[in-house]
Amino acid sequence: MTSTPLLKVEKAGIRFGGLKAVSDVNLELNKGELVGLIGPNGAGKTTFFNLLTGVYVPTEGSISLEGEKLNGQAPYKITKKGISRTFQNIRLFGELSVLDNVKVAYHSLSKHSILSSIFRLPSHFSGEREMHEKAIEFLKIFKLETVMNEKAKNLPYGQQRRLEIARALAAGPKLLLLDEPAAGMNPQETAELMELIALIRERFQLTILLIEHDMSLVMGICERIYVLDHGQLIAEGTPEEIRNNPKVIEAYLGEEVS
Amino acid sequence: MNGMKHTKGFWLSIVLAVVIGIVIQFLINGEILDSFYTNTLYLIGINIILAVSLHLIIGITGQFSIGHAGFLAVGAYTSAIITMKLGMPFPVAIIVAGIVAAIAGLIIGIPTLRLRGDYLAIATLGFGEIMRIIFLNMNYVGGASGMSVTHMVTWPWVISCVIITIVVITNFTNSRHGRACIAIRENEIAADAMGINTTFYKVVAFVIGAFFAGVAGALYAHNFYIIQPTNFGFLKSFDILILVVLGGLGSMSGAVIAAILLTIISTYLSNYPEVRMVIYSLVLIVMMLFRPQGLMGTKEITAFFKVGKTAKGGVQNDKHTVA
Repeated sequence: MTSTPLLKVEKAGIRFGGLKAVSDVNLELNKGELVGLIGPNGAGKTTFFNLLTGVYVPTEGSISLEGEKLNGQAPYKITKKGISRTFQNIRLFGELSVLDNVKVAYHSLSKHSILSSIFRLPSHFSGEREMHEKAIEFLKIFKLETVMNEKAKNLPYGQQRRLEIARALAAGPKLLLLDEPAAGMNPQETAELMELIALIRERFQLTILLIEHDMSLVMGICERIYVLDHGQLIAEGTPEEIRNNPKVIEAYLGEEVS
Repeated sequence: MNGMKHTKGFWLSIVLAVVIGIVIQFLINGEILDSFYTNTLYLIGINIILAVSLHLIIGITGQFSIGHAGFLAVGAYTSAIITMKLGMPFPVAIIVAGIVAAIAGLIIGIPTLRLRGDYLAIATLGFGEIMRIIFLNMNYVGGASGMSVTHMVTWPWVISCVIITIVVITNFTNSRHGRACIAIRENEIAADAMGINTTFYKVVAFVIGAFFAGVAGALYAHNFYIIQPTNFGFLKSFDILILVVLGGLGSMSGAVIAAILLTIISTYLSNYPEVRMVIYSLVLIVMMLFRPQGLMGTKEITAFFKVGKTAKGGVQNDKHTVA
C-alpha cells in the first residue's frame, strides 16, 4: 500500500512526573489492516491506547489520523473523528438496556436537537427511529438482539464483551481499538470472537488495532504485530518474525543466563 | 411499536393530570377545599417542581449538586422584583425567573461541573450560600428583613407549571440527550469514549434543572407574603435533596411521590412544632433503613402498568457514593 497511512504515530510518549510510561513510539496503520499490539504486563499498552483516544495528552511526539493531528483533542472529539475503543475492564452503562448502550454510541452520528426532543418535533421521532433501527442492526450482527431489553449489567461476561465491541462499532469508527477483547474468555469463545472480528472488519472496512495476551488469537488473525516493553517499541513485524525475534523472547521470558 | 405505545401513555398521563387539575379547581371554587388544603396543594406543586428539576441533575446525570436552593432564591427574588418593583404581570415573572436562574446555572455550572463527586457537592453548596448572602446584603430587596410580595399564586398556575416541568424533563430524558446524560452517570469515561461531550451535557442538565428551580422560586415567592434570605439556606437545599433521594435516585415518579408525601407529613406535623423535626427525621431514618434504594428504587411508576418497558433510572452501583 502506498497511500497515506490511516494512523500515524511519531515519537509519541507520555511521562507522569519522572516516570516515562510510554516513549518514542513510532507506529503506522494502513487502511484495512489488522494489527496486534503485545507486550508483557505493565508495558504501557493500555496507556498507549489512552494516548490515541485522548484520555491522556501526549507529552511528546504527535498522533495523526488521516493527516489530521489529534494531540490534545478531547476524547469525544477524537471519537467523532473516527477512533473508537473498548476497555480492558468492561465499562458498559450498567443500568441502561443493551439496546440503549448501543444507542448512546450512535449519539454523535445523530442530529436532532435538544429542543426538538423537548417539544417532540418530527425531527425527534425520525432521528430516534433511525437510531433504533441502526442499534438493532448492530445487535443482530453481535447476536445480542434477543437480550436487547436486559440491563447491560445483567448480561453474562461473554455477552458484555461482545456488547462493548458492538457499542464501539456503533460510534462509526474508521479505526477500532480493542483492549484485550478475549480477556477471561474460554477457547471456544475466543475462537468465536476471532471470527467476529474478521467479520466486522470485512463488513465495515475497518482498521483494527488490538491489544491481546492470548497469543493464539494475535498470531492467528493479525497481519502485523508491534511489541511494547517498558514503554518502548522493541519489535515490529509479521507474526512469524515476532515469534522468532530474540528481543521479544527476552521481554517475555527474561534474559538468558550467560 | 414501543415508541408509539410510549407516546400514547404519555399523552394519557397528561390528559389525566389536566383532568385532576380541573377537578381540584372546581373543589377550590366550591370551597370544599379550604385555604389550608389549597395552600398545601400549592406547596406540593412547588416541591414537585423542585424535586423533579433536581432529579434531572442528580438522578439522571449523576451530578451531586446540593445548592438547589440557590436557584430557588434567584427565581424567587427575580420574580418578586419583576412583579413588585417593576409592576409587570405574574406570568412574565415566572418566565423571567426561570431564565435568570438558568443563566445562573450556566455561569455556575461551567466551572464547577469539571469537579466530581464530593468536590462538586461542596462547590454547589458554596454557591447556594453565596446566593443567600448576596440577597442578605442587597438593600434593594430588603436585606435581612426580606421583601414583601403580593400573593398571586393560583391553582391553574401551579398545576400548569408542574405539568410543563414534568413533560419537559420526561421528554428530555427519553431522548438521545437523556441517554447521553444517563451514560455520563453510569460511566463518564466510557461516555466520553463513545463521542459524548460530557461537559456540555452536564451543563445542559444543570441549566434545565436551574430553570425549573427558578420557576418554582417564582411560585414560592408569590405564595408567601414575604421572602427572606433565611428561607433559602442550605437546609432548604437538603429538603429538596431528601425528596430526590427518598423517591429513589433516578426515578422521576419517585421524586414526585416523595414530594407529595413529605409535604403532607411536614404540613400536618406543623401542628406539633416541638416534635416536628424529630418525627420528620425518624420517618427518613426508618425509610432509609428499610428501603435504602428509595421509594421507587430505579423504577418509574409506568413500569408497574407496562410489562417489558425498561426503566430509565437508576444509580451507579447499588450503593450511593454520597449522602
